[in-house]
Amino acid sequence: MNLISKGFAGTLESGDIFIEIEKSEQPGIHIDLQSKVKNQYGKQIFSVITETLKENGITNVNVKAVDQGSLDCTIRARVTTAIYRGCGRTDYRWE
Amino acid sequence: MKRLRRTMLFVPGNSPGMIRDAHIYGSDSIMFDLEDSVALGEKDAARHLVYQALKFIDYGNIEKVVRVNPLNTAYGKDDIEAMVCAGVDVIRLPKTETPQDILDTENAITEIEKKTGIEIGSTKMMAAIESALGVVNAYPIAISSKRLVGIALGAEDYTASLKTTRSLDGTELFFARSQIVVAARAAGIDAIDTVFSNLNDMETFEKEIRLIKQLGFDGKSVINPRQIDVVHKIFNPTEKEIEKALRILEAMREAETKGSGVVNLDGKMIDKPVLLRAERMIDMAIASGMYYPDDME
Repeated sequence: MNLISKGFAGTLESGDIFIEIEKSEQPGIHIDLQSKVKNQYGKQIFSVITETLKENGITNVNVKAVDQGSLDCTIRARVTTAIYRGCGRTDYRWE
Repeated sequence: MKRLRRTMLFVPGNSPGMIRDAHIYGSDSIMFDLEDSVALGEKDAARHLVYQALKFIDYGNIEKVVRVNPLNTAYGKDDIEAMVCAGVDVIRLPKTETPQDILDTENAITEIEKKTGIEIGSTKMMAAIESALGVVNAYPIAISSKRLVGIALGAEDYTASLKTTRSLDGTELFFARSQIVVAARAAGIDAIDTVFSNLNDMETFEKEIRLIKQLGFDGKSVINPRQIDVVHKIFNPTEKEIEKALRILEAMREAETKGSGVVNLDGKMIDKPVLLRAERMIDMAIASGMYYPDDME
């Protein structure tokens, strides 16, 4: 998938995660994570974001993530929504 | 054992915190909403969120229902595909007015089940009836698909379609409630009552639950966890009712042993409807965890 604009998803409500993604000129996935539980769960949050981006073929990207205590499934949902929005696509894959 | 549907907790589909906690309050069903509680610009986000939650959160034995957008909107088809793939128990169709609405949705579900290898017919359906036309068609709707497990009243849109407003005693809903219960019973499926929105008026809420129980409903949609125990308390049989039902069933067994066609209890003859009611009472007591059949041994 090809990012053509910034993609946003999520809110700052408890249990949610706000995600903003944008195409990066630098190769790789660059994540700026804000979370009160970064010390305990930061690695896991990074991992879920990275995995979801790669599954959707996004490899060069800047991600801003503001976590409010989200579950892995919420992170996957918000990142996926942001990707589709940023790519301007609606051909979702449900498995 | 019959699945209880005393309470169906509404959970907005774009609220991760509520989706995460929905199963801790003890409702019989959870209804994730992709329709009215989700803003048009967030339909995609809610669909992804509920899809992921259904796939990865263990809701135990609670029935998972999703209210999708109607097929005649830009969102309905994607909603159905995502939810069937995620393994939802029941697709709830809003604003059902004709049997064709059910058949169209059923066809969409079947197509996805075929495509993905999910057992055909395993995804159940529920129809919300929310207009005068829907109430008139309640029975044809109720028998329109084997997937249907229940029909539910949506009172806000219904009263608007009647050109009236909701009152505390629900006078304006009397016909619709009766029609929906009769249609559901005739079709052999459940009848679920509408929500009660005023959380500060628990007295009227309790009166409404007693009314709908008396009318024959199986349960009620609820919008707040505080309402769950109140509904269960009223719908569950009392100790006295369970005891009486057990005595009736014991009398029936005795009559069968003696080869008698007449069941007597305390000198009175017990009619068939009373026996059936006693059996239903015990089924309900077992399902609600108030009675365990092993006690009979």
